[in-house]
Amino acid sequence: MNDAAVFLTQIVDGKMQKVNLCEGCSKEKGVQDPTGFALADLLLGIGAAEEIEKSGSSTRCPVCGFTQADFKKTGRLGCSSCYVAFADGLNSLLKAMHKGTSHVGKLPARAQKTLALSDRMKTLTENLRQAVQEENYETAAALRDEIRQLESQLTESK
Amino acid sequence: MKFQNLMASTGEWLRGEGPHHQIVVSSRVRLARNVRNRAFPGWEHAAKSVGSAIVMNRKQTLSVMINEEDHLRMQSIRSGLQLRQAFKLVDKVDSALEAKLDFAYDAKLGYLTACPTNVGTGMRASAMLHLPGLVLSELINQVIQAVNKIGLAVRGLYGEGTEAMGNLFQISNQTTLGEKEDEIIARLNKVIETIIEKEQDARQVLIQKRPNTLWDQIGRAYGLLTYAHAMTSKEALNLLSVMKLGIDLGAFPEEKRLGIDQLFIETQPAHLQKSTQQKLNAEERDHFRAQIIRERLKSLPKPDISKVAREPEVTGNSEPEKNE
Repeated sequence: MNDAAVFLTQIVDGKMQKVNLCEGCSKEKGVQDPTGFALADLLLGIGAAEEIEKSGSSTRCPVCGFTQADFKKTGRLGCSSCYVAFADGLNSLLKAMHKGTSHVGKLPARAQKTLALSDRMKTLTENLRQAVQEENYETAAALRDEIRQLESQLTESK
Repeated sequence: MKFQNLMASTGEWLRGEGPHHQIVVSSRVRLARNVRNRAFPGWEHAAKSVGSAIVMNRKQTLSVMINEEDHLRMQSIRSGLQLRQAFKLVDKVDSALEAKLDFAYDAKLGYLTACPTNVGTGMRASAMLHLPGLVLSELINQVIQAVNKIGLAVRGLYGEGTEAMGNLFQISNQTTLGEKEDEIIARLNKVIETIIEKEQDARQVLIQKRPNTLWDQIGRAYGLLTYAHAMTSKEALNLLSVMKLGIDLGAFPEEKRLGIDQLFIETQPAHLQKSTQQKLNAEERDHFRAQIIRERLKSLPKPDISKVAREPEVTGNSEPEKNE
């Protein structure tokens, strides 16, 4: 690895982003005017893989077999499970890259349904706990049946 | 529809009828989606070779790329500043598809995409802006820097990693996680509206303070385009951009606008190749390109600068737009 010769710091929306580049890389990436481009474009190509490596995430996705080295090479992930496998490193990367760390936009209808089901599950579980505490076993039995039914619905919708 | 027919027809986005169409060439919104429990195309392709395709509607307002970087990339393109309308259409398609397809979605991270820069909404909204006034007055770098500072990206004509040609700049959202789709679009709209104002101001300043530079540029563009016999695509784009500015300012008749806009597309290397039905080398392409342009501009009258000079306010730019 060559020594970094170009040090860039950009403040986007009050968040600081830093990239250090060696002379060769900075030329290759066309960094002559450091203010004329967005750092996030660079972050992915250069910083991302190191970020994941440092975090000590597992080196291989157990589902698709994608490795950290593959990510370093392509800047792309192998499958949705890679987000879980490389979670530790990815999270700090996503934090630097995006406005927030949680999705607040559109939900697919399926996810909405699952969300509603798991909310209902929470309520039922709480009711069951109360019923048991109050030794109201008839209600508890009914609640238990309802929870079982909901459980099977939840596994289906997943 | 055959590819040939697609090439022969002009898309709605190019016909330039949308709001602010003089400065905002087109608006585009794309959504990236992947099917649950399947490797992303790039990784799957590496293992076994599978097909990819593009599906497009007749009006060319909507297209879906299958197995590009993500399993699905649906995008809607409209003329002028119509990001909200473009989003509405592509959102509708997404909702219809999700009834049949189980998309890779995580409760925390949202839609999961091959590239971490798209995760969350999977949405990239962008507008192609024509900013010759800001370039000529050397204010463009200031604008690009300001836009970058607020977390939006400015790119060249062909997107990520490309240089600006023909004074065309693509402005898009940089981030996709932690912000709602309509918030991203509202932010983008606001910035674009500001840039439109800056561009209009720059044009007015040029007319008033540096008219000779402006008329020289327009005159040279007219001369080269109507008489040259070899022209690279970069030169063509840059000169056509000046002609477009000339139309905006009234130096050429308004009815010539579509012809100029079409030349932007038709003089691109692949379009030339396709229209001759034979393989051309770079030199042959440059001759053929110049020939097409000369033929198309035969009926174009010389630039009439007096019209602009006498009525600088009639540029069409200052009219309030109703649709957005």
